[in-house]
Amino acid sequence: MSKPILEIKDLNAGVVGKPILNGISLTIRAGETHAIMGPNGSGKSTLAAVLAGRDGYDVTGGSVHYLGEDLLELAPEERARAGVFLGFQYPVEIPGVNSTYFLKAALNEIRRHRGLPELDAMEFLSLVKDKIKLLDLDADLLKRAVNVGFSGGEKKRNEIFQMAVLEPKLAILDETDSGLDIDALRVVATGVNKLRRPDNAQLVITHYQRLLNYIVPDFVHVLMDGRIVRSGGKELALELEARGYDWLTPAAAAA
Amino acid sequence: MKEAATFIKRVAGFAPADGDSVQPAWLAPIRRAGFARFSELGLPTLKQEDWRFTNVAPLTELPFQPAPESARNDLTADALAGLPFAQLPGDRLVFVDGHFAPELSRTGRHPDGVRIGSLAAALRNDVALVEPYLTRWTRTEANPFIALNEAFFRDGAFIHVPAGKTIEEPVQLLFLSTGRAAGVAAQPRNLIVAGRESQVTIVETHVGLADGATFTNAVTELAVGDGAVVELVKLQDESRKAFHFAVLHAHLGRGVNLVAHSFALGSRLARQNIRTVLDGEGIECVLNGLYLAGDDQLLDHHMIVDHARPHCASHEYFNGILDGRAKGVFHGRILVRQPAQKTDAKQTNKNLLLSDEATVDTKPQLEIYADDVKCTHGATVGQLNPESIFYLRSRGIPRDLARRMLIHAFGGEIIERVRCVPAREELDRLVRRRLAEHKQAKLETSAV
Ligand SMILES: Nc1ncnc2c1ncn2[C@@H]1O[C@H](COP(=O)(O)OP(=O)(O)OP(=O)(O)O)[C@@H](O)[C@H]1O
Ligand SMILES: [Mg+2]
Repeated sequence: MSKPILEIKDLNAGVVGKPILNGISLTIRAGETHAIMGPNGSGKSTLAAVLAGRDGYDVTGGSVHYLGEDLLELAPEERARAGVFLGFQYPVEIPGVNSTYFLKAALNEIRRHRGLPELDAMEFLSLVKDKIKLLDLDADLLKRAVNVGFSGGEKKRNEIFQMAVLEPKLAILDETDSGLDIDALRVVATGVNKLRRPDNAQLVITHYQRLLNYIVPDFVHVLMDGRIVRSGGKELALELEARGYDWLTPAAAAA
Repeated sequence: MKEAATFIKRVAGFAPADGDSVQPAWLAPIRRAGFARFSELGLPTLKQEDWRFTNVAPLTELPFQPAPESARNDLTADALAGLPFAQLPGDRLVFVDGHFAPELSRTGRHPDGVRIGSLAAALRNDVALVEPYLTRWTRTEANPFIALNEAFFRDGAFIHVPAGKTIEEPVQLLFLSTGRAAGVAAQPRNLIVAGRESQVTIVETHVGLADGATFTNAVTELAVGDGAVVELVKLQDESRKAFHFAVLHAHLGRGVNLVAHSFALGSRLARQNIRTVLDGEGIECVLNGLYLAGDDQLLDHHMIVDHARPHCASHEYFNGILDGRAKGVFHGRILVRQPAQKTDAKQTNKNLLLSDEATVDTKPQLEIYADDVKCTHGATVGQLNPESIFYLRSRGIPRDLARRMLIHAFGGEIIERVRCVPAREELDRLVRRRLAEHKQAKLETSAV
């Protein structure tokens, strides 16, 4: 078996006074793609947020190791530099911060951390040119402020474009498919697939089996009430598509 | 008023007495009127609506004294090389502690009739160009500092651009406070006359060379003829002990396009008054400002946009970035007189508070006597958006840099409205550097 990239053990987390994740355990190994599905409010985005280090969530139990290190000890930027990438469910608009400037600053932070020389403006632009083709994104978008005035689909493609530039080891994609029409979905999925390598891994959060036709997962997990209630192969997604989630509630399972 | 008399005596103790300097006879009654007006009004107090948030009382404690001549003699052109806008092309008039310094200034060749020089010289040589405008529209009853200036100003810049002429390069007015001693006072008076369909860009800078508690009381009059296009960039970056009072009074004719910027970075206490009178149809007037304050600074902008004629548009954009225990004040009054139908007046004031102790007082004031107008105003006071910070950090950008990027972006909204490209780039660098220094200062104090 390949080495684990992410090991979550009995993770309990929530916001003040409200537990959201109630004992999640999950191991993701190099080369694997995992999908997480689950009804609204089941804790999918919270899991992504805790992994990326967003403020405001308390971890009350369990552990998360990333490449053998305690991930929860690291600041969000340290996680990013170590190769964790979060594709946001709702990418943030940042007026006044130019997209190109932002992404170049991010890439150079990451490169410095990896002991690579920083890219100058020319080198960065030629890198961008390659990656932007992959996502079929309008190059003019990069002249604008981060996500400002982007359509919903453009925002999602921009997330994957950033992923392509930053080359993470662990990509967590939170509903990257929602809001995409079928053509955009195909473009995004193709992009993601091209970024799959034997030494990296992906955690794809989605509501729709549709995406998983394109990004074929090795494992599918169902999250309900902050717990993984079932794990299986890609056929589990088809079953969920056909039957919904009700049959997996603890009551139904007990019956 | 007793305090007014005391104050005026202390400020004036070293100023030339009435009629002392070479000046035309018509100026004498104006000076006397200014003197009388200030004596009557005295320094403003917090009880006055226009000064509610800005306490000028510390001014009375300044040990006023004349500027030492030596301070000026020591200055060389090299000493100015590191100052803002030093690399800008075009004319530059330099004033040191209020005195014109021809040896530090430069003027090039210009179309016939253009005047770029000192006001004192113009009062000797070009009276016919000066007299119709000087003090014509300023209203001493509205502001005691204008009265004080009219009583005592000695010099300043005089720019006259005849009808139809264009000055290609920006004209710089550089006011230096040497600041080696406390209480040195300068009361510059600038007169800018842009004739019909002329074009000119003016970059006015006030900087302190040392950290003395200097006092500047500047008045700039701007008379803009029909169809002229004028950009005025003001940068106030005096020492952190300085008191800076300044008034811009702009009188605009038909179809004028004016953009006036105010960048306030320095001073312990700075008050910038801007009054624009839109006295012709079809005027476009943009007032655009950024105040960046830390420590105990108080930076105040007080605007009056006076719509007197129909079909004019005015936009005010002011952003404030406040750190430490700093205080920002924004007072924006829009007056739409009865004839000014179809007025389109917009005002926004956005403030970013970077510390718990920073404060801002923002006050819009709309007075509308016409019925077919569009007037909007909006003010916000807030902190950096944590969602934005997290987004940037999640891509590997460290927290401090993420914060600085967002703060800089907030200032950038204002900076990007400067049309004069080299001035804009310089302001961008300056603001970026200042934000980094703020952060540096914070690290140093927290390390103690
Ligand atoms: N910061 C927060 N403060 C309060 N409640 C929160 C916070 N973040 C998440 N929650 C709550 O936790 C629960 C899980 O939310 P989460 O966003 O993780 O769900 P999700 O599975 O991603 O849902 P969706 O499919 O709608 O995106 C919800 O009830 C949500 O309201
Ligand atoms: Mg979610």
